[in-house]
Amino acid sequence: MADTVTPRGKRPQSRFTTNNIVLYGILGVMSIYYLLPLYVMVMTSLKDMVEIRVGNIFAPPVEVTFQPWIKAWSQACTGLNCDGLSRGFWNSVMITVPSVIISIIVASVNGYALVNWKFKGSEVFFTILIFGSFIPYQIMLYPIVIILRELGIYGTLSGLILVHTIFGMPILTLLFRNYFSSLPEELFKAARVDGAGFWGIYFQIMLPMSMPIFVVALILQITGIWNDFLFGVVFTKPEIYPMTVQLNNIVNSVQGVKEYNVNMAATMLTGLVPLIVYFVSGKLFVRGIAAGAVKG
Amino acid sequence: MTHSIQVKDLKLDFGSVSVLKNLNLDVAEGEFIVLLGPSGCGKSTLLNCLAGLLDITDGEIWIKNKNVTWSEPSDRGIGMVFQSYALYPQMTVRGNLSFGLKNAKVPKDEIDRRIARASEILQIQPLLDRKPAALSGGQRQRVAIGRALVRDVDVFLFDEPLSNLDAKLRAELRVEIKRLHSRLNNTMIYVTHDQIEALTLADRIAIMRGGIIQQLAAPQEIYNRPVNLFVAGFIGSPAMNFLKGATVDNGRAIQVGDVKLDLAGYDGGQPTDRPQAILGLRPEHLTIQDHAEAGHTIPALVELDEPMGADALVWLQVMGQQVSVRVPFERRPVKGAQVHLKVDISKASIFDATTELRV
Repeated sequence: MADTVTPRGKRPQSRFTTNNIVLYGILGVMSIYYLLPLYVMVMTSLKDMVEIRVGNIFAPPVEVTFQPWIKAWSQACTGLNCDGLSRGFWNSVMITVPSVIISIIVASVNGYALVNWKFKGSEVFFTILIFGSFIPYQIMLYPIVIILRELGIYGTLSGLILVHTIFGMPILTLLFRNYFSSLPEELFKAARVDGAGFWGIYFQIMLPMSMPIFVVALILQITGIWNDFLFGVVFTKPEIYPMTVQLNNIVNSVQGVKEYNVNMAATMLTGLVPLIVYFVSGKLFVRGIAAGAVKG
Repeated sequence: MTHSIQVKDLKLDFGSVSVLKNLNLDVAEGEFIVLLGPSGCGKSTLLNCLAGLLDITDGEIWIKNKNVTWSEPSDRGIGMVFQSYALYPQMTVRGNLSFGLKNAKVPKDEIDRRIARASEILQIQPLLDRKPAALSGGQRQRVAIGRALVRDVDVFLFDEPLSNLDAKLRAELRVEIKRLHSRLNNTMIYVTHDQIEALTLADRIAIMRGGIIQQLAAPQEIYNRPVNLFVAGFIGSPAMNFLKGATVDNGRAIQVGDVKLDLAGYDGGQPTDRPQAILGLRPEHLTIQDHAEAGHTIPALVELDEPMGADALVWLQVMGQQVSVRVPFERRPVKGAQVHLKVDISKASIFDATTELRV
């Protein structure tokens, strides 16, 4: 077969066509537009304050110094604490890890039950759940404060974890429901004939087939919860502020000199976690999103 | 005769839509029943009810003299084979076969023994350590049958198991399923929309439409004496011809156009005079000849023919109605010829046009 194939269609075009020039031109401009601020941030964070006051923000540092990074991580002051962003980092880790794990576990079981174990009113339940994601967070802030106070967990890590878990439910459940409904229903039936129960089918049949969507959920939740500012500032106290809130406090502190280099370093340190997550799992992310989107 | 499956007044509604209506079905032990019908007739739904995968609205299901209406699928003593194979993709063939047995806490050596037996019967021993993705369609369906086989059950349920295979494989596996049945002798309920599968495999065929079993009978009976117009038109390929007419002379003749056909030897009840009757004639029960015989032939005009290898299907015009006749390829008449169709009335069916029932 292969040797009888003749090329069809137009000849491949040379590289320097008008189309390509325009395309890569636009891509180039866009890249500069997005990369320039990053460049400025990196450069500024590597200079000392003397050099910054010279004023050319685009110039590379004459003398590279990592002092601002060290200061941002371990010495910068917010309020009474002068141990830098490291405190916020560990707070964020302690908030993000349990929130992500709990919300994904609950949402995946939700989605699985909504697809395969339909009960009376399951559609209504799902609609209400999804509707929850349309209500602006601000409206719910005060009621949640009251609820957390009544539960006795206002201002604690577990309170914030609970809030993150609940607010992750609508979108995650939707994600998992759509993914599970794209899996062949006959697999589920076969497993039932084979005598597997609710958890047996979930763990032995569904889970091994759902890794892509778990990766998507993982990325969504890690970045979403890590980047959260509103819930962090409202539902916690200064000692357990997440990194984002602490970053804001460092950058916006009004006493003393504005240390641009430290601010830049602190900002990049805070953004590092989501950035790493995206880099590591970008491909899986796209694949998972596509897999979940086929049927819904 | 011992009952293997009894369905009593089975009803199933999806919301306000009634999918199965007061359905009754008795299946003898070791019987091969094919549920046949157009899509949406409820045949797969019925199978899912038998398997316990759908909760029924009303009625009872008995398997092996046990009321299993509300039992779990795994407790009903059934094995099921699906159209899409439904093999667990992350498990090897061995894993697929043993999954149900492990759930049922069957001892390890018993599992091994049953897998060995099933893979010997289905000739899948070399495939045991492969994943389903590395199997061909035919092999996957064998494994799916094997999964039902290792359960050591009395009843096999097949849900259009061959529909995803190409024609050649389908014919091969069809024979294999038949061989399997004669070897194991379990009860088999087989859903299909392919009438060849139904006619070749079944001890009895249940023809379904709109959630109702229209006729439940041996293939030959259904073919020769369809109970109503729907069954007559559904079974047989090429399809049965229908000619509008009226039974006359106290039911001793049928008038089609200006021709009167003698009904002596008709295989059925005495058709009393009906002003509106339909004469059903299978293409293979008509012969083309060039001379008329009073009371036995109808004049016809040859329009075109469709060669089908050994045979040809000749289309004729009979009093403004289309009729097809199957003839040996080399005996097909020339186009435009005026011929006479000899009717074998003993193999014909007469239907009442209003009730659509065979008389």
